[in-house]
Amino acid sequence: MRNPDKKGHFGVYGGRYISETLMPAVIELENAYRKWRNDPSFREEFGYYLKEYVGRPTPLYYAERLTKKAAGARIYLKREDLCHTGAHKINNTIGQILLAKRMKKTRVIAETGAGQHGVATATVAAMFGLECEVYMGEDDIRRQSPNVFRMKLLGAKVTPVTSGSRTLKDAMNEALRDWVTNVYNTFYIIGTVAGPHPYPMMVRDFQSVIGSEAKRQIRELTGGFPDMLVACVGGGSNSIGLFHPFLDEPSVKMTGVEAGGLGIKTGRHAASISGGRPGVLHGNKTYLLQDRFGQIIDTHSISAGLDYPGVGPEHAYLHDTGRVDYRVITDAEALEGFKALTVSEGIIPALESSHAVAYAIKAARTMSKDSSIVVCLSGRGDKDLDTVSRAFDYKL
Amino acid sequence: MEKRPDRITETFKGLSERGEKALVTFITAGDPDIASTKDLIFELERGGADIIELGIPFSDPMADGPTIQAASERALKKGTRLADVLGVVKEVREKSGIPIVLFGYYNPILSYGLEKYARDARRAGVDGTLIVDLPPEEAGELKKELDRRGIELIFLLTPTSDEARIRTVTDKASGFIYFVSVAGVTGARSSLSADIEKYIRKVRRFTTLPLGVGFGISTPEQARDVCRHADGVIVGSAIVNIIAANSGKTRLRKVRDFVSKLKKGTMARQGRETR
Repeated sequence: MRNPDKKGHFGVYGGRYISETLMPAVIELENAYRKWRNDPSFREEFGYYLKEYVGRPTPLYYAERLTKKAAGARIYLKREDLCHTGAHKINNTIGQILLAKRMKKTRVIAETGAGQHGVATATVAAMFGLECEVYMGEDDIRRQSPNVFRMKLLGAKVTPVTSGSRTLKDAMNEALRDWVTNVYNTFYIIGTVAGPHPYPMMVRDFQSVIGSEAKRQIRELTGGFPDMLVACVGGGSNSIGLFHPFLDEPSVKMTGVEAGGLGIKTGRHAASISGGRPGVLHGNKTYLLQDRFGQIIDTHSISAGLDYPGVGPEHAYLHDTGRVDYRVITDAEALEGFKALTVSEGIIPALESSHAVAYAIKAARTMSKDSSIVVCLSGRGDKDLDTVSRAFDYKL
Repeated sequence: MEKRPDRITETFKGLSERGEKALVTFITAGDPDIASTKDLIFELERGGADIIELGIPFSDPMADGPTIQAASERALKKGTRLADVLGVVKEVREKSGIPIVLFGYYNPILSYGLEKYARDARRAGVDGTLIVDLPPEEAGELKKELDRRGIELIFLLTPTSDEARIRTVTDKASGFIYFVSVAGVTGARSSLSADIEKYIRKVRRFTTLPLGVGFGISTPEQARDVCRHADGVIVGSAIVNIIAANSGKTRLRKVRDFVSKLKKGTMARQGRETR
């Protein structure tokens, strides 16, 4: 049985928990997506922009020196950091803006944490000439200032969010408030596999290009499937994109790496599956970081893009069924992963992706030399240089 | 369990017989603190409120504007929990039979436990529950629990609702229909949509339930205008603003004075809309 069901449920997760004002908009979106997803003209246009504008297919790169360092499984990097705008996020924003155009919407809005999704949205809005407003937590604006500047250059309005914890979840609250107010002309481009149905399904479908390419590429390189896939999980869009095309291959193990922050025991982390329990937020039922009264709690991660108290509902389902293994990597470990990849391969990864790199090194050590791991290198690290220099106490 | 008087239906019926419309007043429980909430409810009733809507504070009030977001934040800072909200209702019930509807988001109720919530709400004397982020499609489990205990599950309709939505919602709704006057979040507004009358006509084709209009209503004049077509008005942010700007006895007095002005707006004798 294919997930989700007709009402957007992945097992008990997902669904559509939103205010009535948005129901018609979400139903309209679902109908539009169902109509266009398999339409040849839509597929063709989507494929065209992914190839000519984003630069796909992205390479699957054998990280030889990193492999030597770990002295175990061969490590392959799916180079989403080489996508236009520097992260996988644009795969999804291209797909959604093509829908927005077909739905005759004149304005797009987005929430952003690290700014990667905001930049990817501002980019496609500029390319297609649509008005764009991006909501971003005040704290994230501070730690990701290069991306704020990029969005503004691209013509987007960046609106600081000062409510709550001033991070990604509050940006999403504010984007939902905007959508409810401007629902007639506005398309909400959600950046991850969360939110009300059809978002988790639709974003997954758009991001599945990562896994489809990787599946073909690893076969060409090794003649078979990898033993393990590793990707970081905040909301979980790059990981579901990599995992999804492999779900029916039982020999392929999958690990989603959550942000362990200062350590699960400290309570200062953003690992919703490893440290949370099921609840309802932002339109879907999923694992959430919440107190025992159901209030959402503040999260912490050195990586703004993982700093979110929830996770896509399909991940919640894949966790419960045991198909995907979810682990945590702390801030300190992620920084080690960041350093290891930079010095051994000359690739500066985003702090989000550094979580996956760090876990892959750990896992590779325990695996034989004839096995292989595919890591989703979801984004590049230029945006994080400020954070990293402070963490290492470098003078730039 | 013995049958309890259906206070919401009785209230609308009684008002209608007197040619009045319902004034539904909203405050956030625990704002400024849980002890004041009880006193405020009594002031609302003295001022002429017909139904009380009591907000359950939530960390992420996505459907609320700045006023109620801030109220929710203040209440949470004081440590207000769902159990405290139910406690206030219980205390109010010792002295008053005014219908009380709890208004909030799903996660705190889900976390409390749906069956436990329905049972405790019934014991406390809650008459209805409205959950902003729980559309009828996802409400089955909670509705079953609430139905067993005679608590109404109230749903929203909005200017974006088409006939299919109106049908889906009115099929499941009980108590009254909360009609959201604008596409947007809660908050006082200086002007209201001229199309409300048209929407109300449309909704009435599908249901005989009373229709309350809320979101943005902040003056007695607006209340009077809306009551020409609706069965009641819901006023929230305007009251919450008064609570935030005043303290002590002044706060109570100003809230009561404002509510009694609003009530005059809903009392003006007016023929009921023909359906």
